Amino acid sequence: MSDALLPSADDAYSSPDAQGFYGPYGGTFVPETVMPALAELSEAYESAMQDAAFRERLSYLLAEYVGRPSPLYKAERLAEAVGLGAVYLTREDLNHTGAHKINNSLGQCMLAQRMGKRRVIAETGAGQHGVATATAAALLGLECAVFMGVEDIRRQSLNVYKMKLLGAEVVPVDEGGGTLADATTAALRHWVERVEDTFYVIGSTVGPHPYPAIVRGFQCVIGEETLVQLEVKNIDHVDAVIACVGGGSNAIGMFYPFLRHLPAGSRPLLIGAEAAGLGVETDKHGAALTKGTPGVMHGFYSYLLQDDAGNPLEAYSISAGLDYPGVGPEHGSLKDSGLVRYEAVTDADALEAFVLLTRTEGIIPAIESSHALALLPRLAAELGPDAVLVLNVSGRGDKDMDIVREAGVE
Amino acid sequence: MSSAPSRLEAAFLKGHPALVAYLMGGYPDRAGSLAALVAVACAGADVIELGVPYADPLADGPVIQHAAEAARACEGSFGLAETLDLAGEAAALPGMPPLVVMTYLNPMMRMGLAKVGQKAAEAGVAGFIVPDMPPDNPMAVQWKREAVARGIDTVFLAAPTSTPERLAVVGEASTGFVYVVSSLGVTGERTQLPAELTDLVARVRASSPLPVAVGFGVSTPAQAATVSAIADGVIVGSALVRRQDDPSALGEFVGQLVSAVHTGGR
Ligand SMILES: Cc1ncc(COP(=O)(O)O)c(C=O)c1O
Repeated sequence: MSDALLPSADDAYSSPDAQGFYGPYGGTFVPETVMPALAELSEAYESAMQDAAFRERLSYLLAEYVGRPSPLYKAERLAEAVGLGAVYLTREDLNHTGAHKINNSLGQCMLAQRMGKRRVIAETGAGQHGVATATAAALLGLECAVFMGVEDIRRQSLNVYKMKLLGAEVVPVDEGGGTLADATTAALRHWVERVEDTFYVIGSTVGPHPYPAIVRGFQCVIGEETLVQLEVKNIDHVDAVIACVGGGSNAIGMFYPFLRHLPAGSRPLLIGAEAAGLGVETDKHGAALTKGTPGVMHGFYSYLLQDDAGNPLEAYSISAGLDYPGVGPEHGSLKDSGLVRYEAVTDADALEAFVLLTRTEGIIPAIESSHALALLPRLAAELGPDAVLVLNVSGRGDKDMDIVREAGVE
Repeated sequence: MSSAPSRLEAAFLKGHPALVAYLMGGYPDRAGSLAALVAVACAGADVIELGVPYADPLADGPVIQHAAEAARACEGSFGLAETLDLAGEAAALPGMPPLVVMTYLNPMMRMGLAKVGQKAAEAGVAGFIVPDMPPDNPMAVQWKREAVARGIDTVFLAAPTSTPERLAVVGEASTGFVYVVSSLGVTGERTQLPAELTDLVARVRASSPLPVAVGFGVSTPAQAATVSAIADGVIVGSALVRRQDDPSALGEFVGQLVSAVHTGGR
């Protein structure tokens, strides 16, 4: 891993500012009780990133434990099927625990340990971040509790069982729709109560500053490795880079190194796929960037699905990991500046793309990642048959077998 | 600060500690919450905090959370606009103490800070408490410009975890009074108040000349009496909201709290 974790002055793209704002988005909108803990966290993160021993240990674990670097696999039958020149898949699905989430969980649990906290908590939607955090906690000998909505407990039961096997407590959250947003609120409330002995491992580029920056810091290994491998493979031109967007961590982990190292003129198109659920024209979707308006939730300001009175709305997606009414603040800013383009993908299109990758390449993707895959046919039409694309397969689909079967895929 | 105390600050300078009573706007319905306001005012509360029902109340425990849900479910979603309207009607009644609106930030941002300030001033609201808006936040700076121009106070919160630097920021930014959060966690009734509370109140006093009121967890007249011996005000929320659908029981309970608090634990 290179020295990519903190931005430096000569970056092509530099964000956030000292108060954690990405343009107008981000910031710290939390009860006073946790303000000192956030300041402490910022300091601990910066000191850890400057500590060669910490970085070496993280690099070692990412290599030997997580299994990095992730291959950049040329999916030839997939490219042919959708009519593109080449599609390179970054295989985060091959990581230990099956998704990109472990990159961040491991980093944050190491931070918790460094700060002398014996207990970590996490929120989870699909259960991938919960499993990753329970795994890192087992590895580092930390106590772990994972907050999970009752609806997600139902649709991701395999991951619930895994977390318990790993020694974590799974705390069911029966508020609202019983999904990721409710789990996040419950975890934040719990943190306010136990802030003195508990570290909150946030699972995406959301939450109050410095969390979005920290999660990006631990996830940008995805894009850094991709850039290195493109060079090694002598691929000097890429037309577009695609990732799915829930809170936005795998997407920013992929996009940030491209933004940081490449000047605007020489960057590929960066495209995020968010959840259109049953369609953005219905009220059943999670397309915060496409349909939301700026607002505050879970400690940060960004695009948000909300009603006229400013109440956050329930999101919907077949994918528990994208079923969130907000989106990370950096994505809000990247949307406004046009540096990244965002498109919404329906449940149905995601399912179709899920089957396509499975049948053409023998790779069963997570239903979240399938939202990114669903953009391939659209991009073939837009960019032509010679276009070269990179797509982040953020996770594997083992956890989604029941959902896909329930959706009637044979 | 050398200027005359605001209406809100003056409520703490009556020669005895003040009872600050929290009620949820629109709960059990609009008429019920107005009846509760009247009952609490008649029982002698010195300040009334009026909560805005919100879908994601990060700082509130189950009692307030469920009242907010009920209020949002009735009469086509009760929110900030409806709460300000209710406050306006209540503030016009004789004998109504200063009203402070307690709301999360997003409903304010959705309405627009300038419009919130304007509507609140028209309604005669004395102050705002916004638990997810720390004082050194750019939105807080913007809101304070709107509020100060209209003579509306903004109360910030001090917590058990606050460092001396944070207390200085909170003390500096607050007007009206400083809200001391007695314990970690969310609002709700607690059987015991933390032993470190006396020390926390003393630290807050050292950081600000404003009156200091303590809330979160105070739920019985005995606890209120204990707290009133160390603070200028005692804030009681969940224990009142629990009785909010029964104005006569509510009034009677507030009467007990008022006697406990006004004698200042003596
Ligand atoms: C495999 C996978 N991809 C993507 C996501 C969405 O999260 P993010 O947008 O933070 O990458 C999740 C979340 O659970 C996930 O499990």
